[in-house]
Order: sequence, then C-alpha cells, then structure tokens
Amino acid sequence: MNNINEIIGFVFIAIGLVFDFFGCLGLVRFPDIYNRLHSSIKCVTLGTSSILFGLFLYKGFTHGGIKALLCILFLLLTAPVSAHVLARSAHKSGVKLWEKSVCDKYEEDSRKS
Amino acid sequence: MRKLRWFLGLLGILATLTAAITLPIPSLLSWQSVYLEKVFFILIFCSALCLWRVLMGPTPADRAVALDILGILIIGFCAILGIPTGRDWYIDIAIAWALQSFISMLALGKYLEGRRFDE
Repeated sequence: MNNINEIIGFVFIAIGLVFDFFGCLGLVRFPDIYNRLHSSIKCVTLGTSSILFGLFLYKGFTHGGIKALLCILFLLLTAPVSAHVLARSAHKSGVKLWEKSVCDKYEEDSRKS
Repeated sequence: MRKLRWFLGLLGILATLTAAITLPIPSLLSWQSVYLEKVFFILIFCSALCLWRVLMGPTPADRAVALDILGILIIGFCAILGIPTGRDWYIDIAIAWALQSFISMLALGKYLEGRRFDE
C-alpha cells in the first residue's frame, strides 16, 4: 500500500524540521550575532539539506529527485561561504561581542599584522 | 521579570507546537496530506521567528543573518510543495532562490564592511 521509500523520506523531512525549528529558536534566543550565526547555520547544512534528501527519497531517480540532489550540493557549497562573509563583515563593521565572551582571536591577529 | 518573560515565551512556543501537532484537520484524504499540513504549519512558525529577529535586531548584521535564514526556510518550503502538487518545477524555484540568496548575501557583506561594490 505505502512504499517504504516514501516513509523513510517522511522521516528525513521530520528530522530536518526539528533542526530548522531549533536553529530558528537559537536565532531568537541567543545574545550575540556570532552566537546567532553559529546556531542558525545548522538550519542550512542539517535542516534544509535533510528536507531535500527526504524529497529525493520520495521522488526516486526522476527529474525532481536529481534536481533535489543538485540543490543539496549547491547549498553545501555556498552556505558556509556566505556565513563566513557575514561574520567577517560584522566584525569589521564594529559589532561588539557579548560581554561574557572569553576571547577574540581575530581581533588579536588583526592588531598584530 | 526576566524569568517571567522566559516562562511566557516557552509557554507560547509549546502551545503553538502542540496545536500544530495535535489539531485535527478535517476533510483530507490520506495520512500523507495531514502530515504535510503539519509540516507547513511548523515551517511558517519558524519563518515567523525569523521575521521577529528581522524586526527587532539591534544591528544591521543581525537583520542580514535573519534574512539569510529566511531564504533557506523558503527553499525547504518550495521543496516540500513539490510533494502534494506533484509538479517538479518547484525545485527549480528552490535552486534559483539559493543562487540569488548567495549573491545577495555577498553584496550585503561588502556593504556592511564599508567597501565599494567594484573593488
């Protein structure tokens, strides 16, 4: 009646939803932009990629499934780059760290050079 | 006061999630459509959290991060829309959104850093 690959795909979609929800909760709750970035990038590499992989398992080797695999590949290539660019530009534009932060290696290195 | 705010937020999130999971949805055919309705509800709730950070963010970099995550959630939304409708071109929209989001985030990073676009 129900194919087994559809059920496994729905399980992967549920796992991706859990990661999406906790990433967005961290985006609201954390005190600092760097902490928020650290939490919310898990939305990309585990949440949305898991949703797309579940879609691939649901569709199988058709046009939609192969496009979902391509979208996973593109997300894994570009999302860490954009996160790094955002963190670097935030640090260079003078956003302060949280007052309970322990160390700031990037500031020390930019002072040395 | 701070603990009261924390408790109220936790209560609101738990109430929304239990309403999303246990609310009966009438007049649907199979268990798959019911599951997908709940998935859409939870994704819309996550987008509402991102929009709250866009509105209340203290610095411009916070708003940029929240916009990036909102785009990622929309990619997942477009991907799941391909299941109940049975069409394949929603995933084309998702791929195009990923490209456009990457380019716009690079431009926003250069703008926040205070440099020109053609450097």
